[in-house]
Amino acid sequence: MELRTKAEILDQVGIRRALTRIAHEIIERNKGVTNVALIGIRRRGVPLSIRLAERIKQIEGIEVPVGFLDITLYRDDLTRLDYHPHIYRTEVNFSVTDKIIVLVDDVIYTGRTVRAAMDAIMDLGRPKAIQLAALIDRGHRELPIRADYIGKNVPTSKKEIISLRIKEIDGEDSVLIQEPLRE
Amino acid sequence: MKHLLDLQNLAPDEINTILDNAVPMKQILNREIKKVPTLRGKTVVTLFYEPSTRTKTSFELAAKYLSADTVSISAPSSSVVKGESLIDTAHTIKAAGADVVVLRHPAAGAPYLISRRVDASVINAGDGMHEHPSQALLDIFTIKEIKGSIAGLKVVIVGDILHSRVARSNVWGLSKLGAEVHLVGPATLLPPGIENLGVQVSSDLDAVLPGADVIYVLRLQLERQNQGLLPSLQEYASLYGINSRRVELAQDDVLIMHPGPLNRGVEISNEVAEHPNAVINQQVTNGVAVRMALLYLLSVGDVSNETAN
Repeated sequence: MELRTKAEILDQVGIRRALTRIAHEIIERNKGVTNVALIGIRRRGVPLSIRLAERIKQIEGIEVPVGFLDITLYRDDLTRLDYHPHIYRTEVNFSVTDKIIVLVDDVIYTGRTVRAAMDAIMDLGRPKAIQLAALIDRGHRELPIRADYIGKNVPTSKKEIISLRIKEIDGEDSVLIQEPLRE
Repeated sequence: MKHLLDLQNLAPDEINTILDNAVPMKQILNREIKKVPTLRGKTVVTLFYEPSTRTKTSFELAAKYLSADTVSISAPSSSVVKGESLIDTAHTIKAAGADVVVLRHPAAGAPYLISRRVDASVINAGDGMHEHPSQALLDIFTIKEIKGSIAGLKVVIVGDILHSRVARSNVWGLSKLGAEVHLVGPATLLPPGIENLGVQVSSDLDAVLPGADVIYVLRLQLERQNQGLLPSLQEYASLYGINSRRVELAQDDVLIMHPGPLNRGVEISNEVAEHPNAVINQQVTNGVAVRMALLYLLSVGDVSNETAN
């Protein structure tokens, strides 16, 4: 599928500023981070959660626990796929019970990934609360879910594609809005 | 992948896909809540025409940890063997509405026949003296987990090769992944022509053990030893039993494996069964993880689409 780039929504500096603001918001909302842990949703939530933890450390001087979650086994569309999604490792090496868990994902769209992630976390223990941070909110929710911390709201049409590239995985930081050249 | 009938016809890539998917499955086994919702609404039928505790339990646990419903049908091993009765079996499976059928049968090839007559995915859990692919996959997973890779390892499989479907599946799987496989046993228990599978064959255990990375001890199937193929169990134990002296001959970090159940004092001595390098219990745990991966791969995704590719 050939894609036409319509606009760059965030560049490297934009992503950095958005994450810095989200870090501040997490600290403010939770009155510090003593009981906070971050869990990045694979794949691009992982580097974002690591960067957020670094930002929080710079501001508060506290290292918050960071974990990574693969939600494949919790997806609601597994029987409808025509391929086998790769299952990555889940690495949550701390107890989630009684902690405030901030889920970190790159783009929030239908909300189905977040639903799966919440179920996966509940199977690891009983957190005090689960909050959600997303770098991009592109709308079109299919479930009653909203993000607590948003890098940027981007109204999109369903046929548009948000192409989010992260240095640790894709070699550069950028968020583009694209659409197919032909219908 | 629609069925798992053997390892003979599996590509190395397919074997590696199964092994890779077993890694995250094993993580689930270490959690407090050992359950994921992946196969909700799917039904797994275990149909065993031969006695088995660990394979059957392992498949049932794997299915339950993935939230599938399980139905277990055991048929008396004596009543039916082949022919029309297998076709009846297929009708039973269809009527039960199974998504996956795990079949153990005394007749080699039974899973193939069934797979052509049902809509469900069929997993061969042992057919006669032919293959036992899920056992070999869990063995290979265990070796890979500890050794890092399979290629170049010297694996010595010792015992009753003739009657062993476990040995045959391991030969296929290990060879495909690049291991150097040696089969050792008394000449009466080595099937003629087995060297054509690209393995080394010998009856002199002590000569083969030096340099071994894995000693795979087969269970001496006592129920099959009434045909005069062995002079006595004592003689078998002294020539082919794995004891501490023989373990010393192999590499220091040799893995000692056994598919269970053990005949202690026959094919394996008590000390070796408790040896720090024996990974027999780990094999059992890994069996559940590997079978979870199999059930996931066979049940998820539009299979018709995949076979078209």
